[in-house]
Amino acid sequence: MSGLIPVLRKELADHFSGRRFMILFALICVAGLSATYVAAQSIRGDISGDRESGFVFLKLFTASNGVLPPFVSFISFLGPLIGLALGFDAINSEQSRGTLSRVLSQPIYRDAVINGKFLAAVITIGLMLLSIGLLLGGLGLRMIGVPPTLEEVLRLISFMALSVVYVAFWMSLSVLFSIVFKQTATSALAGMAIWIFATFFFPMLAGVAADGLVPTNQDTPVEVILQHEQLRQMLSRMSPSTLYQEATVAILTPGIRTLGPIMLEQTRGMLPNPLSWSQSMLVAWPHVIGLVALTLICFAISYVKFMRQEIRAT
Amino acid sequence: MGGEATAIIEMAGLTKKYGDFTAVDHLDLQIMEGEVFGLLGPNGAGKTTTILMMLGLTEPTAGRVRVAGYDSTRKPLDVKRIVGYLPDNVGFYDDLTARENLRYTASLNGLPSAESRRRIPDLLEKVGLAEAANQKVGSFSRGMRQRLGIADALVKGPKLVVLDEPTLGIDPEGVRHVLELISTMSHSEGITVLISSHLLHQVQQTCDRVGIFVKGRLVAVGPIQTLSQQLMDSDSKVLELQAEPLTTELKDDIRQIKGVDGMQESGGMLLITCQEDVRRQIADRVMKAGAALQHFRMRGFSLEDIYMKYFREA
Repeated sequence: MSGLIPVLRKELADHFSGRRFMILFALICVAGLSATYVAAQSIRGDISGDRESGFVFLKLFTASNGVLPPFVSFISFLGPLIGLALGFDAINSEQSRGTLSRVLSQPIYRDAVINGKFLAAVITIGLMLLSIGLLLGGLGLRMIGVPPTLEEVLRLISFMALSVVYVAFWMSLSVLFSIVFKQTATSALAGMAIWIFATFFFPMLAGVAADGLVPTNQDTPVEVILQHEQLRQMLSRMSPSTLYQEATVAILTPGIRTLGPIMLEQTRGMLPNPLSWSQSMLVAWPHVIGLVALTLICFAISYVKFMRQEIRAT
Repeated sequence: MGGEATAIIEMAGLTKKYGDFTAVDHLDLQIMEGEVFGLLGPNGAGKTTTILMMLGLTEPTAGRVRVAGYDSTRKPLDVKRIVGYLPDNVGFYDDLTARENLRYTASLNGLPSAESRRRIPDLLEKVGLAEAANQKVGSFSRGMRQRLGIADALVKGPKLVVLDEPTLGIDPEGVRHVLELISTMSHSEGITVLISSHLLHQVQQTCDRVGIFVKGRLVAVGPIQTLSQQLMDSDSKVLELQAEPLTTELKDDIRQIKGVDGMQESGGMLLITCQEDVRRQIADRVMKAGAALQHFRMRGFSLEDIYMKYFREA
């Protein structure tokens, strides 16, 4: 592990003292605070009518008044930006500044550099999301005055952990780009292109592809419609953004029992009571594993590429 | 250097190929402990590649390097622990101060912080950057960066220091300062120094021995005086003559001298090719003809000429 600790310490110091971190944190703070404020306002409005459904505290993060999206949606489209910003110049900027060859000529293992950078970015993401989560929780508590139950706390912690994995995926993708592309601008652009594609276009494309493969009209039998819907969903789940969105819905909405299409006859006789935390986790589990796997794959490719890279200043 | 000097760097049959291109071709070279060795050659001769192989940053295609008995490919960490390296185009973290940059290097070397706190001010003092210690490196001039690079290479207390193009791109005053530093560290601290450069005249006074390196091959090794002697003996000489008036009779007269092979005029100068040193005879003829001798010099004694000669030959 020679050299990992110094690299980790320096990278953390860089992240926390950097202007980039300040800007991202300010951005997510503004988004989060306004979303939570709006959510709390609307919860206060109809709290009496909504009493029986419970889980008021969770609504702080998921409810919206239609004008401003809830905090969860903010994370799902700002998260990638945070991840990309933390990693897009991890390796190539050191290479072009000529610091990489100097660092690697010190008696450290080469992987200490990439492990240190990755770990520092994950810790940064974790602290950023945890602090914003606590901040919003505190604000919400002040505004609605309903303390969270243990169940809700568990769900929020799971949500935070999932978000860290999601942001870490984008970070490791951008670290990979920073190894592949020599120019920081190119790697930043490549990361953004993937982000926009995965978040905005991919779900649309999945719909188009499903329409093409399994065409439907008014007279189509229900089996075919079901098939169409399943195909569309499977395709769109290839995008990490979809995985994250579906998983957060399952974790933060205890009423959700399945993420796939469901027939009305299947719900007959079902009690409309919420699932427990562990059952909700079970629903979201494949998605969570998918995101973790994507993150690890990106990291593994980066690791191998970095270890084999020719180290020259020019 | 006496007969008892031991080799600190041993290269045997060292070869590096990039595809079809051979960057370093069967290099055999020994560098003795305590000497200042200059690796000279034009750009792209394979000097940096050789250094990278020595540090274990690039794997040789064939052959091996040992530094202080450690195989650079198998035990790069042991090698890097005793070798200080100043890369070509050295880079520092611009947003850190000179002191912080050195402290990071010290921590990568596993130096205890008390030790580095003691060592770093000394080093900064030595390279003349004591006043700039707390200044951000971003504001440093090229010469200051180069000196900081030397301090950086010395932080670990190395046995051997490798300087890649240490005088490139800095002003004459800066060059003088850098060369003085190199002499001091070699003489007062007994550190072996390997300098790679394409600027022979800048490093010649500092080097005990030089190796001339062209297209991946070492074409000559030895002290500069020996090299020039070898060259003088093996080759015909060229005399530059400028006299006023330079009449046809005088030219014919000179051509008669035994040992003169031929002559040609270029740029107002008469270039006389001869087998042996016939300067005296020529001077006599010029005097006799009553002409004024304006310029008379034997080519090939200047180091620049040796250098050009070797470069062209290879």
